[in-house]
Amino acid sequence: MSIMSILKDDDLPEQPGPVTREVKLVANPVTPPAKPAPGLVLVERLGEWFKGPKPYLMVLGYALALAFWYLSVEVLRWPRFEKMPGLTQVFHEWWSREPTFGLSLHTPIYYQHIWVSLRRIGIAFFLATSLGVPVGLLIGWSRTFREFVFPVFELLRPIPILAWVPIAIIVFSGSETPVVFLTFLASFFATALNTMLGVRSIEPTFLQAARCLGASRGQVFRHVVIPGALPFIFTGLQISMGVAWFSLAAAEMVSGQYGLGYLINTSYTMVQYPTIIIGMLTLGVVGYVTSALVRWVGTRLMAWRNQALATG
Amino acid sequence: MEAGQRERGRLRIEDAVKFYETRGTRVLAVDHCSFDIAAGEICMVVGPSGCGKTTLLNAIAGFHSLDGGRITLDGQVLCGPGQATAPVGPDRVVVFQNGALFPWKTVLENVAFGPTVQRKLSPAAAREKARHMLADAGLGGYEDVYPGQTSSGVRRRVEIVRALMNDPAVLLLDEPYRALDALTKSVLHEALLEIYAKNRVTIFFITHDLEEAIFLGRRVVVMTTRPCRPKRILEVDLGYPRRHDLVTGRRYRELVLETTEVVHEEALKSFQLGEKEG
Repeated sequence: MSIMSILKDDDLPEQPGPVTREVKLVANPVTPPAKPAPGLVLVERLGEWFKGPKPYLMVLGYALALAFWYLSVEVLRWPRFEKMPGLTQVFHEWWSREPTFGLSLHTPIYYQHIWVSLRRIGIAFFLATSLGVPVGLLIGWSRTFREFVFPVFELLRPIPILAWVPIAIIVFSGSETPVVFLTFLASFFATALNTMLGVRSIEPTFLQAARCLGASRGQVFRHVVIPGALPFIFTGLQISMGVAWFSLAAAEMVSGQYGLGYLINTSYTMVQYPTIIIGMLTLGVVGYVTSALVRWVGTRLMAWRNQALATG
Repeated sequence: MEAGQRERGRLRIEDAVKFYETRGTRVLAVDHCSFDIAAGEICMVVGPSGCGKTTLLNAIAGFHSLDGGRITLDGQVLCGPGQATAPVGPDRVVVFQNGALFPWKTVLENVAFGPTVQRKLSPAAAREKARHMLADAGLGGYEDVYPGQTSSGVRRRVEIVRALMNDPAVLLLDEPYRALDALTKSVLHEALLEIYAKNRVTIFFITHDLEEAIFLGRRVVVMTTRPCRPKRILEVDLGYPRRHDLVTGRRYRELVLETTEVVHEEALKSFQLGEKEG
């Protein structure tokens, strides 16, 4: 048997034909991967993860950052850092049952701040996504729509979110709506822009192929444009989540009654410096968790992508 | 497939003219090009890259119109000047150079796509038919896999099955095997002929690979370089079915020799014109 026919059998695993020992040696017929139980996958993956250098490097990174903080403030006492709250002070305050400045893991007010911020993020992110994705799809899909909306879009988008603060306060009453509006605004632009890029990134041959196969314009939109743009949409949603926290903190410092940004700002004016750091680190953790959530939903929805990547 | 359908898929290209607009200048891409393709024939169109063959294919597919002449399919005008282009549709399915299986749909969903969106079959019936056609083409076992998980050879075969699901009058192949290695190509050629033996669909196949053209085609139309028009039409008297060892036969080599000079001449012209790939 020649090399050519061996390769041929490799490529045509289901075709009846002579199967010789040579084939078995070389060929490894492509079979769809079996799907193991999801629970097992998690345990297995965790096990794999601990075998690599990643977790240890991560711990080392945290240790170095904390050591720098501790040494610079509490041991070396660098001149510029004298008012900076030290590591031990912050963590002591954070864990304390009777915190000096009235806020720790054991006080309900701490969770109230987190909850209020999360709620605002939730509302703003939901609105930004449910408006940003359709607008982005339309801008990408319809030339007419793009030509009259996009220029406006391009002018408004670079305006920093802080520049919107006065207008937001003037237009929206109360303290809650301006904060949600500002948070929404940055998210909306990020989502809409990336969704548009996603639509524009779709290979034209996919659209032509769909039309050849008899798809109507609406069907092309549903079966090609939306799934084709999905990878970009989720990149957009991750950026959107990031800028949402960014603008939320800024907005809460200016307006608002509760929230982590508000907490950081009032702690500053009331000279409760350790609480500032607690607020900042909490923002970091909560922000990370929400971004991870978006990423998780994205990988769920784009199974085709992960599997393609996994097998190279 | 019923016997009555044998006469479907007669393509007639009459005096086709098409200009291209690039950077303000009008370039003649197709120049008074005429030839017929019989129903159920594999017609190979050979020419150097960028000679205008794809322009012709796009006109047949309905992606654009012509500036002169006309193209008919079974007597019905597909396109001509001053006439509305026949809409792109499942009677003339294109298989693209780089492949256009939807990566977000499984192989089965891809193959079932045509009849499902046309509402010719219920989704369940379309999947059932797709399963049969895949099994028929030796692609059973790939149904629930995403295209990205398979080899490029498998993807090309799936794409042809996806096209045939619609029972098209003509299959338009635009250098579908261009990016593949020689060994994979030879496998795919045999697979295509096997499918052809079962379906006898008219195939309009663009390539710049002369040996591929002679191996697959009943006729080979060698095109002149831009503007594109038939320079020589070669009858390939090799009959079907054909197997991969055909290439070692004498008649095959003779046909290749006979055509090589003609093609080479055009390739040289195209090279001197500095045509880009594509």
